[in-house]
Amino acid sequence: MSYKIHVDGRVREVDVEPGTPLLWALRDGLGILGPKYGCGIGQCGACTVHVDGTPVRSCSFPVEMVGPAQVTTIESIGTTATGKKVQAAWSDLDVAQCGYCQPGQIMSATALLNQTPKPTDADIDAAMSGNICRCATYTRIRAAIKRASGQKEEV
Amino acid sequence: MADGFLENASRRDVLRTGAAAGGLMLSFSLAGKAGADGQAGAKLNAYVTIAPDGIVTIVSKNPEIGQGVKTSLPMMIAEELDVDWAQVRTQQADGDPATYGRQFAGGSAATPLHWDQLRQVGAAGRAMLVAAAAQGWGVEPATCTTASGVVFHKASGRKASYGSLAAKAATLPAPDLKSLTLKDPKTYRIIGTPHAQVDTPAIVTGKPLFGIDVHVPGMLYATFEKAPVFGAGVASADLAAAQGVKGVRKAFVVKGGAELDGLLPGVAVVADSWWQARKGREKLNIQWADHPTGKQSTEAYEAAAAAFAAGAPQRTERQDGDVEAALKAAAKTVSASYAYPFIAHASLEPQNCTAQFKDGKLEIWAPTQNPEPGRQLVAKTLGIAPENIAIHMIRCGGGFGRRLSNDYMVEAAWIAREAGAPVKLLWTREDDFRHDFYRPAGWHNFTAGLDAAGNVTAWRNHFVTLGDATGQPARSARMAAWEFPARFVPNYRYDLSLVPSGVPTGPLRAPGSNALAFVMQSFIDELAHAAGQDPIDFQLKLLGDQGLVGTLGKDAYDAGRMRGVLKRVRETSGWGKTLPKGQGMGVACYFSHLGYFAEVVAASVAADGSVKVDKVWVVADVGRQIVNPSGAMNQVQGAVLDGLSAALGQAVTIEAGRAVQSNFDSYPLLRMADAPPVAVEFLITDHPPTGLGEPALPPVLPALTNAIFAATGKRIRRLPIDTGLLKSA
Repeated sequence: MSYKIHVDGRVREVDVEPGTPLLWALRDGLGILGPKYGCGIGQCGACTVHVDGTPVRSCSFPVEMVGPAQVTTIESIGTTATGKKVQAAWSDLDVAQCGYCQPGQIMSATALLNQTPKPTDADIDAAMSGNICRCATYTRIRAAIKRASGQKEEV
Repeated sequence: MADGFLENASRRDVLRTGAAAGGLMLSFSLAGKAGADGQAGAKLNAYVTIAPDGIVTIVSKNPEIGQGVKTSLPMMIAEELDVDWAQVRTQQADGDPATYGRQFAGGSAATPLHWDQLRQVGAAGRAMLVAAAAQGWGVEPATCTTASGVVFHKASGRKASYGSLAAKAATLPAPDLKSLTLKDPKTYRIIGTPHAQVDTPAIVTGKPLFGIDVHVPGMLYATFEKAPVFGAGVASADLAAAQGVKGVRKAFVVKGGAELDGLLPGVAVVADSWWQARKGREKLNIQWADHPTGKQSTEAYEAAAAAFAAGAPQRTERQDGDVEAALKAAAKTVSASYAYPFIAHASLEPQNCTAQFKDGKLEIWAPTQNPEPGRQLVAKTLGIAPENIAIHMIRCGGGFGRRLSNDYMVEAAWIAREAGAPVKLLWTREDDFRHDFYRPAGWHNFTAGLDAAGNVTAWRNHFVTLGDATGQPARSARMAAWEFPARFVPNYRYDLSLVPSGVPTGPLRAPGSNALAFVMQSFIDELAHAAGQDPIDFQLKLLGDQGLVGTLGKDAYDAGRMRGVLKRVRETSGWGKTLPKGQGMGVACYFSHLGYFAEVVAASVAADGSVKVDKVWVVADVGRQIVNPSGAMNQVQGAVLDGLSAALGQAVTIEAGRAVQSNFDSYPLLRMADAPPVAVEFLITDHPPTGLGEPALPPVLPALTNAIFAATGKRIRRLPIDTGLLKSA
């Protein structure tokens, strides 16, 4: 079955069976490898993308539910003002260890800052607790969100 | 600490390094010397290539699993080469031990094994560039200096860039390593300065970097189902329904063998996309053969361990003095039993590997921590000569010891050959949890004696661990005979009994130590409280006034360094202050992977028993130089939070010979809201620099459980922490 979906600012056609998770339509169908597979059940957040600006676990989001919505992945989030600031903060603070979860972390953090430009620690806890970092770089993730939002960070 | 695979490997290699640094270096670093390389520039040695525009490409020899070696090892070379970091590009080596020596990520060994050698590699390159300049100018090399990738002859005011000299330098003989003078550390401009990981720009923009991202033209995707009971074979398999699923190219039985870390029996499904392969797999109808491990369970292991605890041990591993007599003479005796569960590695990138079989040769793209044993395993299993197997090391989405085993590599190789096309094998998260090499469960039964002054006069530990089929402790289930406080208590006995188990086990971040620190440092805390003494004072007294105990490279333990970090963490943590009810501070110290760590945890326990870690203070002694302070801090903070994660929630349970937990909903990992601040200080001491991937982890578990005791008076003797025991309402 062929689906036309809007991904990273382009209309893309992907031929997959109904029920295929958006993650696999992106990865194997379109070669968009930024979103990662971690758990397949929406528990780890490594596959996070935005659907019309809302963070979504693409491993558990069937491709046919995308419809006319705009899908944004880590591969184009840097073209938005918030995404660019978040990526810069992640680089400045050298957040990553293995780096595998970080695309998902950055997508969740960008969605948070779009909603709440100056998040408190409690806001960060709430918005980021769906994303596991197995290397546990949480100290720097928090600091990078603070930095990207123009707040004082602690590392 | 454990004397398992990693410990042995790192000690052996450190010894070798200490004994023959130059010789070892020569054996690998100059082997790749190939003169001018027209494409990328001039190759000075196996590690360093310099282009005419001055761009320096430095090879990183070891697997990158998030520990930062792709940055820190080239930093060592760049420093002595005397270039600016901005000129440097790094390049990941393939699996090539003939050129690079042993390539592995384990034992926190990269820094101690390469500190001397890679600085010499850089210095050798610099000497060749200086020689090239000096020859051209007709001056003595000793009259030349270098800075930022330029050779200067100050007397004549001449200078030449490395880029202009490299082609000539590459034709000169490599210098005698003994002739090289390494820099005074006070002049370092790269080492000791924080550097972001070289892959950071690619990570934050989601570029393909990991094994799961590998793409080979014409590639198919595979999934592989193995028996839920470890090692069981395929009795029968109906593949027709799976083969009928759209996109499925082939489904087939893999006979496999009996080795748990080799190619096991199972059924492979190969398709045009991974999701199709997975849908096909759902239609498989497999009957698994009976297997003896199918009768085993955590419950049965617990019962066997309890029976051992009540009876005589199978054997005694160490005996100093007379423990029985000392216990009789003691003013006070304390007994306690401790236990810890199996835990899983749960690297966030599930196991995967891509392989292509063509014209009798295999090409493999593997996120592996240990490429050469993988090559040997593939060679043996597929009957292909090792020299016909190429291994590309791909960045790993976490390792934690899991990717020291290469089971997924041999599976990918086998399936690719059967499929007749390049294949990317990707495990599901459930596969990953169910087919791990778990941190082994264990049980410790202590009795200790204190004299009237509170000195520990006797220590007995009956350690019940898992055993393999040969009657030896299972992989990574061993405890060294010199585990602290051996040698610090006059009457000491270490007894051992083995519970037979068919569960695959293996090294997991700080193997052995990640469990032993919890039991040893908790029981020492119990003794401090029994003696009515401050836990830090008590531990300092136990450490005594000795310095180095044992032999470097074998069983060394430097009590002086441990006292140093303990005393310092007392200061940094504000130890001893009065805290409100329900809050407490706990301390622990531990030596592993050549590093000395003391840690204090402040924790709060609510009336419902829930535990909140408020802050952690770490003082670390890993010698005289932190190579990359940014990476070092990240490793320590991450390891500490990893340890808290294990203490607070992680356990794999075995039922009917299989793992019960299969995903993050049943195996909770620490999340943002539960991550406390971690304050880290590196105590600089005059010892060789050592690694940081592991040693920060072990002491945080007992520091937490000791803090819980301080807060509640309740002693946690079993992991993970059961908050039900901590309810006060």
